Amino acid sequence: MIVELGHFALILAFFVACVQSVVPMIGAARGWRGWMAVGEPAATAQLLFLGFAFAALTRAFVTSDFSLSLVVENSHTAKPMLYKIAGVWGNHEGSMLLWVLILALFGAAAAWFGGGLPDRLRARVLSVQGAVGVAFLAFILFTSNPFTRLEVAPFDGQDLNPLLQDPGLAFHPPFLYLGYVGLSMAFSFAVAALIEGRVDAAWARWVRPWTLAAWVFLTIGIALGSWWAYYELGWGGFWFWDPVENASFMPWLISAALLHSAIVVEKREALKSWTVLLAILAFGFSLIGTFIVRSGVLTSVHAFANDPSRGVFILILLAVFVGGALTLYALRAGAMEAKGVFALVSRESALVANNVLLSVACFVVFIGTVWPLVAELAFDRKLSVGPPFFDAAFTPFMVLLAVILPLGSILPWKRATLGRAVRPLTGALALSLALGALVWTLQTGRSILAPCGAVLATWLVLGAGADLWQRTGRGALAGRARRAARLPRADWGRVVAHAGFGITLFGVAAMTAWTVEDIRVMQTGETARIAGYDVTLQDVREGEGPNYLTTRAEMVVARDGDEVARLFPEKRVYPVARMPTTEAGIDNGVLRDLYAVIGDAQQGGGWAVRFYVKPFANWIWAGAIIMALGGALSLSDRRYRVAAGARRAPTASVPAE
Amino acid sequence: MSGLRNVVAVRGGAVLRHLCAALYLTLALMLGTAQPAGAVTPAEMLDDPALEARAREIGGELRCLVCRNESIEESDADLASDLRILVRERVTAGDSNAEVIDYVTDRYGEYVLLRPNARGANLILWLAGPVMLLGALGLTLVYLRRRAARPEPEALTEDETARLRDLMRD
Repeated sequence: MIVELGHFALILAFFVACVQSVVPMIGAARGWRGWMAVGEPAATAQLLFLGFAFAALTRAFVTSDFSLSLVVENSHTAKPMLYKIAGVWGNHEGSMLLWVLILALFGAAAAWFGGGLPDRLRARVLSVQGAVGVAFLAFILFTSNPFTRLEVAPFDGQDLNPLLQDPGLAFHPPFLYLGYVGLSMAFSFAVAALIEGRVDAAWARWVRPWTLAAWVFLTIGIALGSWWAYYELGWGGFWFWDPVENASFMPWLISAALLHSAIVVEKREALKSWTVLLAILAFGFSLIGTFIVRSGVLTSVHAFANDPSRGVFILILLAVFVGGALTLYALRAGAMEAKGVFALVSRESALVANNVLLSVACFVVFIGTVWPLVAELAFDRKLSVGPPFFDAAFTPFMVLLAVILPLGSILPWKRATLGRAVRPLTGALALSLALGALVWTLQTGRSILAPCGAVLATWLVLGAGADLWQRTGRGALAGRARRAARLPRADWGRVVAHAGFGITLFGVAAMTAWTVEDIRVMQTGETARIAGYDVTLQDVREGEGPNYLTTRAEMVVARDGDEVARLFPEKRVYPVARMPTTEAGIDNGVLRDLYAVIGDAQQGGGWAVRFYVKPFANWIWAGAIIMALGGALSLSDRRYRVAAGARRAPTASVPAE
Repeated sequence: MSGLRNVVAVRGGAVLRHLCAALYLTLALMLGTAQPAGAVTPAEMLDDPALEARAREIGGELRCLVCRNESIEESDADLASDLRILVRERVTAGDSNAEVIDYVTDRYGEYVLLRPNARGANLILWLAGPVMLLGALGLTLVYLRRRAARPEPEALTEDETARLRDLMRD
């Protein structure tokens, strides 16, 4: 019964979304206040209906209601509760329901907290948001209904893909979706502004927090996914340039560009049409990402939940929304005349350079991702584009970005002299070069990757420090500290996020360059000396988990006779899904991870054992979390908490026509 | 056919194994299995660490044909294991890295290359990034020049200057 009510709520949400997309738009065009006001309750109602539908589906998963085909295909009574809940979005239908739920959440948030927005703009934003909702609700109802019942309910389900039964991956999709869908707000604002024919500082001040929030969620989501790959796939890789990873990375790059260009619109009223274009593209890439993941058109390790016929539907949605928005853009962008002028050497120019690098980097990832498809369709060549290509073609852009970043963030607006602006950074530059040289001499004979990473990372972190130092003015340390504490949170956010970027960069370079790997056959009780550690395979034992069988090894790692860590790598088999997984045994450390994997039993006795020392591995994700923290700090800035237009509502409420 | 004969020459049982691999390929594609990566096993590794390191480097450039976006060094699939052994045989036989990669490409087609070659249409792929960057920088420069050349809109009109002077006098 509750399942049927959930289905009914989903249908109701579809109709509410239809109303929300049409009525406020007409109201805004005609100037009818009553019609415009429909958007707000409609957005709330849509959220309530979808919340109920989602809760109904969650209940079906939690109570293992095997009359639902979705539950049968993705759950099992023996599955731990966490994964019963995570199973709701661990499949195509449920994940799309989560997608629209988050979409409705953002729409409702815009309705509730959008009090300071001009009525007309708010009505249009809610209407565009509603239109996106209509499209995706239709997609769910017509191609991927999560509430399909079975004629005969089986006794038990087929279990969730074991790779997904992991805490890291349980929360990976919701964060990614919060990011993807958060960008729909930027899109709605962009389209509303194009219809309105007006983009100003207040508009940018509204778009920026949404973009920032989406970017923060994307950062966390991507970091979670990468962290999961690191410990789950069994050899400690953290990024594979898999099409599905790229699908989440492209919106991240574009939204990073967008949140920087929105600053220029907000502060200087320049780069307006470019910012609108980025806002459209950011959501466009989210849709492309959804398309790639959901259609399975590009083969990838993420094999679950794909179906080509659904891909066509999403492709049509993509064409309608992005194509429509770009057409509108082509028609109206000319009307957005920039006001602020700036010189070649200025912070504006630096932000333009940031945008160019991030956008081109995103484009490189995009073309690399779709090239196998293009080559097959257009040139009849079946080829692969893998990590070696991306490493070679993408990395230079990030290096360039890291080189100019501290410089750009310290430049004044409008007009600057390079010589004077660089002065606060000379110390940072000298120190980072010195540290790079030190790293270089310490590790002679190996690649230049790590020294370069060290130079760039130090440059970024110290550059961020210099940025903060300069902002505290002159004088004694006490006065500076007082002023630093009073700086706007946005300034702190910038500094923290930029430093986080440096830390991630260093983690990537150091781990890639310095990982030590050892693969060998070990008898139980045997000790091997690996990279200064004495590794003993103590014991290997068979065991049983709630819904899997396991082979669990106990390994003792010692250094100079002192025990450093005890690792328990596992090899699991999930009998219901008939799939094996590896669970690496990891000892996390600030300077290094010890990473052990147990392989197959060997014919001549003993076990295949892999042991890795991965220096600075955690810096990769720590940097990502620091970046996200910086974003959150910036988001909490008073400027955004105080509704942008509220204070000057009398003057800003109705745009001149 | 000469490729096939070569394989026979290299190793008697290789043909059969490659046939099995082809069979496995179709089977795996049909079932769409995705396995956790396990990579190189101790039995496959070469004793000479320098040669093994080179084999690793080469293996990272070669796709495991039955997997989804994994190199042969990362995959547990039987075909990947066969290719790892093949690469190690060639390396031991004294081939250079490029020769080994050519050898494998001749037999499996360019689909096996994770780093697509820069021939023909692939030039578009390789040049897209640099060309876009140069284009974007060029456009930006033109735009900035034009913007900078324009008079400052903030400059006050005569009326405004006069009014400002009045205000200042008060």
